[in-house]
Amino acid sequence: MSRVDAGVRHETVIGLEVHVQLNTASKMFCGCAVAFGGAPNTRTCPVCLGLPGSLPVLNRRAVDLGIRTALALGCRINPVSQFHRKNYYYPDLPKNYQISQYEYKDHPPLASGGLLRVSSGNEVVEIGIRRVHLEEDTGKLVHAEGRSLVDYNRCGTPLMEVVSEPDLHSPEEARLFLIHLRAVLQFAEVTSGRLEEGTLRCDANLSLRPAGGPHGTRTEIKNMNSLRSVERALRFEEARQRQALERGEEVVQETRHWDEDREVTFASREKEEAQDYRYFPEPDLAPLQIDAAWVDRIRAGLPELPEARRRRFVEAFGIPAHDAELLTATRAMAEFFEETARRFPKPKIISNWLIGDVAAYLNAAGREIEEIPVRPEHLAGLLVLVDTGKISGRSAKEVLEDMLRTGRPADAIVQERGLVQISDEAMLAAVVQEVIVEHPGPVGDVRAGKDQAVTFLVGQVMKKTRGRANPAMVNRLVRERLGVG
Amino acid sequence: MIDDRTVARVARLSRLELSPEERDRFRHQLGDILAYVQRLNALDLGDAPPTARPRPAANVLREDEVRPCLSQEEALANAPVVENGYVVVPPVIIEEPSE
Amino acid sequence: MSALADLSAGDLREKFRRGETSPTEVIRALFERIEAEDERLHAYLFLDRDAALAEAARWDGAVRGGDAPPLAGIPVALKDNICTRHSPTTCGSRILAGFRSPYEATVVTRLRGAGAIIVGKANCDEFAMGSSTENSAFGPTRNPWDETRVPGGTSGGPTAAVAAGEATLALGSDTGGSIRQPAAFCGVVGMKPTYGRVSRYGLVAFASSLDQIGPIARSVRDAALLLEAIAGRDPADSTSADVEVPAYADRLTTSLRGLRLGIVKEFFAEGLDAGVAGAVREAIETCRALGAACEEVSLPHASYALPAYYIIAPAEASSNLARYAGVQYGYRTRDAADLVTLYSRTRREGFGAEVKRRIMLGTYALSAGYYEAFYLRALRVRTRIRQDFEAAFARFDALVGPVTPTTAFRLGEKVDDPLQMYLSDVYTVPLNLAGLPGISVPCGFVGGLPVGLQVVGRAFDEQTILNVAHAFEQATEFHTRRPPRGRAARGAPAAKAP
Repeated sequence: MSRVDAGVRHETVIGLEVHVQLNTASKMFCGCAVAFGGAPNTRTCPVCLGLPGSLPVLNRRAVDLGIRTALALGCRINPVSQFHRKNYYYPDLPKNYQISQYEYKDHPPLASGGLLRVSSGNEVVEIGIRRVHLEEDTGKLVHAEGRSLVDYNRCGTPLMEVVSEPDLHSPEEARLFLIHLRAVLQFAEVTSGRLEEGTLRCDANLSLRPAGGPHGTRTEIKNMNSLRSVERALRFEEARQRQALERGEEVVQETRHWDEDREVTFASREKEEAQDYRYFPEPDLAPLQIDAAWVDRIRAGLPELPEARRRRFVEAFGIPAHDAELLTATRAMAEFFEETARRFPKPKIISNWLIGDVAAYLNAAGREIEEIPVRPEHLAGLLVLVDTGKISGRSAKEVLEDMLRTGRPADAIVQERGLVQISDEAMLAAVVQEVIVEHPGPVGDVRAGKDQAVTFLVGQVMKKTRGRANPAMVNRLVRERLGVG
Repeated sequence: MIDDRTVARVARLSRLELSPEERDRFRHQLGDILAYVQRLNALDLGDAPPTARPRPAANVLREDEVRPCLSQEEALANAPVVENGYVVVPPVIIEEPSE
Repeated sequence: MSALADLSAGDLREKFRRGETSPTEVIRALFERIEAEDERLHAYLFLDRDAALAEAARWDGAVRGGDAPPLAGIPVALKDNICTRHSPTTCGSRILAGFRSPYEATVVTRLRGAGAIIVGKANCDEFAMGSSTENSAFGPTRNPWDETRVPGGTSGGPTAAVAAGEATLALGSDTGGSIRQPAAFCGVVGMKPTYGRVSRYGLVAFASSLDQIGPIARSVRDAALLLEAIAGRDPADSTSADVEVPAYADRLTTSLRGLRLGIVKEFFAEGLDAGVAGAVREAIETCRALGAACEEVSLPHASYALPAYYIIAPAEASSNLARYAGVQYGYRTRDAADLVTLYSRTRREGFGAEVKRRIMLGTYALSAGYYEAFYLRALRVRTRIRQDFEAAFARFDALVGPVTPTTAFRLGEKVDDPLQMYLSDVYTVPLNLAGLPGISVPCGFVGGLPVGLQVVGRAFDEQTILNVAHAFEQATEFHTRRPPRGRAARGAPAAKAP
């Protein structure tokens, strides 16, 4: 996926570092609850506050979820790994060091050497996963006038860092990688994985290199808070670096922040000197020794992953592969589909509605499927109405829009708005007769073989019935009445 | 053995403000100490691996259970400056783009 | 008859049982002693007489039964780097002046569970860095045997308190000798347990892979009792060991028959004061007379322990002390307009010179380009030292030697020469690197100043070193001597307690 410019061909090289909040009940090194919101500094203890004398104790489930992730990404799980301290000063870091896992010579992280298959258009690209490791999250800073405010509630939340190889070659590919990765992590039940909520966070490294040439200088890009901003930020940075190179300038190795409002990346001045994190093994924690038995236990409990579910959708439900891809973009969507399919026996129809109208609504409203009031049983209810002819397809779109907005069931909306389709043949026949009488010209056209006139006559019946006539039935009645096929 | 620029760099990494007099004194004292610990370089250590922790333990874990935490009052009781339940610090500046 | 303040925990327990005295009476007597001595000695940083009396009153009745918990009603002093809830924890530093921990250390919970009465928080070198308690931001503690001299450090406060009868028992912490060296200087028993024997949860960290909390007492039996009360696995400390805690005190023996003691050759080399060497050698002879087979043993890498320690300990400390930056607790400098100034000026104003020195040394040793040459190398030297001990313990049950190269030096003597100060730890530091237990027991006097005998044991074999120390103690009279009270003549040998 390299770009070609007039002059030098430059290939974009992107690597992603994804921080994933694990869905454990308690924090990485203490028993404080992992939750969202709440008043500041109400979910802390001596350990996550880094009070003098406090000590960390590792959460078993965080390790289990790390192993599960490694398996889902096809990584090698390193039999021995340990924790390190990453030393730097920042107000959201109470100890002024973060407990993490550093990759250093004889110190492998939790897992390494995996792979994620990403479908990009008609291709499938394989993106290497360099490593998976565990670390603790920092607190939150709120910026105010002339001061900053610190909330330590998030300190110590279990984080898993998934680092890709620099195998991504376009901003779009990066976005697709994130979608796929997020799906895998959600399906593996390792995280809720929402970028907007911060349970999934992403930093990127981007550089340009002349095709076949040496690697260029890379910049790190931070503060991309949605899938869209990831793509936009990388596009901007790619263009910026290209322009610099074309002007004969050098790219400076630095960290750049994405500004969502101004849509630019800018260099952050706060890190004047290169950070020296002075990593050393964390003396307060024992190393991890993960044996085959532990890995097997986790493997046995691994939920169905996206690829497997896609295959199952294709085979068991007869869904086209491309649709299955879209239905498994998030776990919630896949579940929604299956739940609906349990209640309504035409999966292709369900699929069309989900990846059509429902997805359009979600995108426009910026919501996730698990957040909307419409549940599988509601969608199924609506589709039954259409399937039995009780309402028309066009009406159904209106009803769905109402359902999404108000959360009311289809039945109620249909009744209230009088959308029940007229399928009473006798009654429709009478209207058809009226229309035929009122429009002798078009009738003549029909008899003369002009088929469009049938459409006109059907349209008149629809007008008279205020759109509520069953169009298929009207069409048939008109043709029968006029003696045409 | 240790120059002034190194002392300045280390002081900055350690977030320690030093007077010029302190810088000079520490430079000498640290120089002496470093010269002393350099005697380790004379040792032939063969293939000795590093011992980061005195006890050969592994897999010390706790179950994923929520335990009671501190109240906001307790958590903030020793904080020098507090506002609406937050700890207050000088502003963290991420520089705005110039254009 | 000895004053209440000078009795052992065992004796007090007996008197309680017989109704001859009560915890309330003992606390009263103790505070009288503190009033008489502490203005001169400055062992304590914080005292709460009312709280101690209230606690004592709770135990007055229970102790008469004879089935009260093992330390019921016994007054204990805590080094001020051990977190307590109802008193400040300053670590001898301005940067934590007034800090009140919202939680208490596990050892404190265990002590209270065993019925002990926490008397107060005792002085120490700032953040446990030093060898004399002269680095305390709140003034030094003086040696009860000679107030012109240091009590040793960093647990100088709790040790002087025990020596002077201002506490029956105390807890200190030992990272490079900080319990054993003051114990030797003050003529009491001080022990560093095996790394992981006692929980570090609530001990303000200096060097995480070296720190241990340990007992300070006037007899080995008392030290054993105290160790029993605090030892054992703590789920809040990932480095604490899941090893059973034996009934140390009950199992004490006075016979050393069949025991093999190794005399550490390298600890008798140049630098050891002749008087101290003599006292220690005599003590070893006493052990021989008690039935132990004593023979010389070599720890070939012993002379590299101190340089390795002075890389590893400061490195870990530089990280452990990064949190003291004026943000969330402790001292904060005024009018800092930006973060870097907040941090740097707070720490400049809040930390003393020794702490700054070690932080910088540690930061340097860990920094890019130096990590392998310094820190990693020191960790490899540590492996060799550990192996030396393992080889020695293949032939011996315990090792013996001096605790310190000299007796207590004078206040101000070494304060301006950091390297000289560091050399006081030369015989104690190897045990911390190897994680092994060691005890200092009084074994003589030179010029009226106490000398300590060090006994080193295998990991989790505190029993053996307690036995050696106990047998030796019971065969000698050094442990019965008390320092002079009030303004005594400098360095004059104290009379035996009546």
